[in-house]
Amino acid sequence: MAPALVWLTALMVVPCALVLALAFFRRGIYGGIDYTFTLENFGLVFDPLYAGIFLKSARIAGTATLIAVVIGYAAAYAIAAAPRRWQPVFLFFAVLPFWSNYLIRTYAWIVLLNREGLITQLLRWFGYTGEPPSMLYTEGAVIAGLVYNYLPFVILACYAPLSRLNPELAEASRDLGASAATTFRRVILPLTVPGIAAGAVFVFVLSIGNFVTPALLGGGRFQMIGNLVYDQFLTANDWPFGAALAMALIAIMLLVLMAQALAADRAAGRAAEANGGADG
Amino acid sequence: MSEPRTLLAIDHVSKNFGRVTAVDGISLDIRENEFFALLGPSGCGKTTLLRMLAGFETPTDGRILLDGRDIARTPPNKRPVNLMFQSYALFPHMSVRANVSYGLEMEHLQKAEIRSRVDAILATTELGPFADRKPEQLSGGQKQRVALARALVKRPRLLLLDEPLGALDKKLRGAMQLELKRLQHEVGITFVIVTHDQEESLVMADRMAVLKDGRLLQCDTPHAIYEHPAGRFVADFIGVMNFVPGKVSADGVIAANGVRIAGKVPATLAPGASAVASVRPERIRLFPSADAANRTTGTVEALAYQGLDLQLHVRTPLSPKPFLVRVTADAADRRPVSAGDEVELGWDAADVRIFGE
Repeated sequence: MAPALVWLTALMVVPCALVLALAFFRRGIYGGIDYTFTLENFGLVFDPLYAGIFLKSARIAGTATLIAVVIGYAAAYAIAAAPRRWQPVFLFFAVLPFWSNYLIRTYAWIVLLNREGLITQLLRWFGYTGEPPSMLYTEGAVIAGLVYNYLPFVILACYAPLSRLNPELAEASRDLGASAATTFRRVILPLTVPGIAAGAVFVFVLSIGNFVTPALLGGGRFQMIGNLVYDQFLTANDWPFGAALAMALIAIMLLVLMAQALAADRAAGRAAEANGGADG
Repeated sequence: MSEPRTLLAIDHVSKNFGRVTAVDGISLDIRENEFFALLGPSGCGKTTLLRMLAGFETPTDGRILLDGRDIARTPPNKRPVNLMFQSYALFPHMSVRANVSYGLEMEHLQKAEIRSRVDAILATTELGPFADRKPEQLSGGQKQRVALARALVKRPRLLLLDEPLGALDKKLRGAMQLELKRLQHEVGITFVIVTHDQEESLVMADRMAVLKDGRLLQCDTPHAIYEHPAGRFVADFIGVMNFVPGKVSADGVIAANGVRIAGKVPATLAPGASAVASVRPERIRLFPSADAANRTTGTVEALAYQGLDLQLHVRTPLSPKPFLVRVTADAADRRPVSAGDEVELGWDAADVRIFGE
């Protein structure tokens, strides 16, 4: 317990406290920090310009989460339905991209989406002669990059409850008169929601704060919160404002994580209550 | 009484999984309102046959006629047949009431009708007080009743039960056997039960089919199968049987020690062929009167007291395995025997069944 506490304090609590403290000071005239107390930085976070970037980041992260959950759940479903001995093989291929570097994986998308990249060449091969489509440096490219990078998390998170599901439950539903679609909606989906929730929170939290993918696939001027924070610290040299932005981002992430923990807790609480009732 | 109507006709049904034949050309008629048992050792094809009746497997060959209509290729949600799963397969995220209502909701019935039918079946199965509980809050016996209620509430033409009592302990099983039979009588639905437990099917079934290696060996009432088994496997599988190996003679079987066991020889067996003569333990008398056609002496090796009766293991010169003899507790009281005693056994020629090897 003690080593974990030391580790947590040294590497989590202290750095966070330092950044939080930074957010309450003024920016020096030539960069640097003027150590006088102010709340201006937090006020500026709610400036329409910056609040807009927060909203845009949430929208992009939300879209990426939705797409990743749909694809990831379908993939996990297919893997769980495959013969038992093949499942580890398919799971291995699903997480295979993790073995290469995040940057390299993201650069690969540039090769794909480039004006004269693989996709354009493929279109030409099929006889397309018009202008090459502009795919790189768009919001779509950023979303594609985020989905691609975080998909394996969703697959693993959804696979766990799907593979544990008793196949006789689906058969029982069919036997009682339900179609395959109704069986999915009323039996399979409700019983695998915890996996979806875990995977979704993961993708959302990692996406909303991401700065590498928007920088590489969104183009130089494309900004999500992560890029904004990065710029304040390394370009604009406004550390206090950067710190306030970072704190706001952490607050959003904590809210999402707490909401999920609360929902999971309530589900567990219902189960515990149910068990208590059985004893009485 | 008029001849009972055939509800379900299984007509030369076969099922292959790759190169494995799970069900091999079975034909069976199941009658309206009967309690029918499919009995056999594991791997005999009974579960595959049941899954074909439910619609989860499609026969490779043959027809399954329900009320004269071939349902072999009808999907499970489109046939008036319900299955009670061995694992019960209750929906864990739904209350007892929601589990039982589910099948009626699929029929798009009025809310009020669903409610009254669910209430009625919950009362019949004595589940009323548990309607709002989740499956995990129920005991094994209660779960079994929910599974039964969930299937029965649909009023199927045919209810299939896959080893329904397999998960219950022995005492509860005995009570549930009678309970199932009472319930079947009450709801007037045809039950087809799959079991590997011969005692269970003897107690519950009106008629039963004995399966082995995907084939049908015999289909008849429990009494007829017990008294006139169609072959050595059935004789051994149903109840307890003593076997004496030997050669067929004109009016019996000559045992290895030269003693003749008198009995009716089936016409299919030629004199001199290898055969077994068999007799049920309860047909053997201890210290028989002089008119017993078959008799032997033996040594009591062990006694097993079973409440109502006493089971003796008697070593005889007739067979390598000891004879099992069942005597009533009364008889044992009148003339006590103990291990090591020399006893005389006797039985009638009419109680002997002879089978080819």
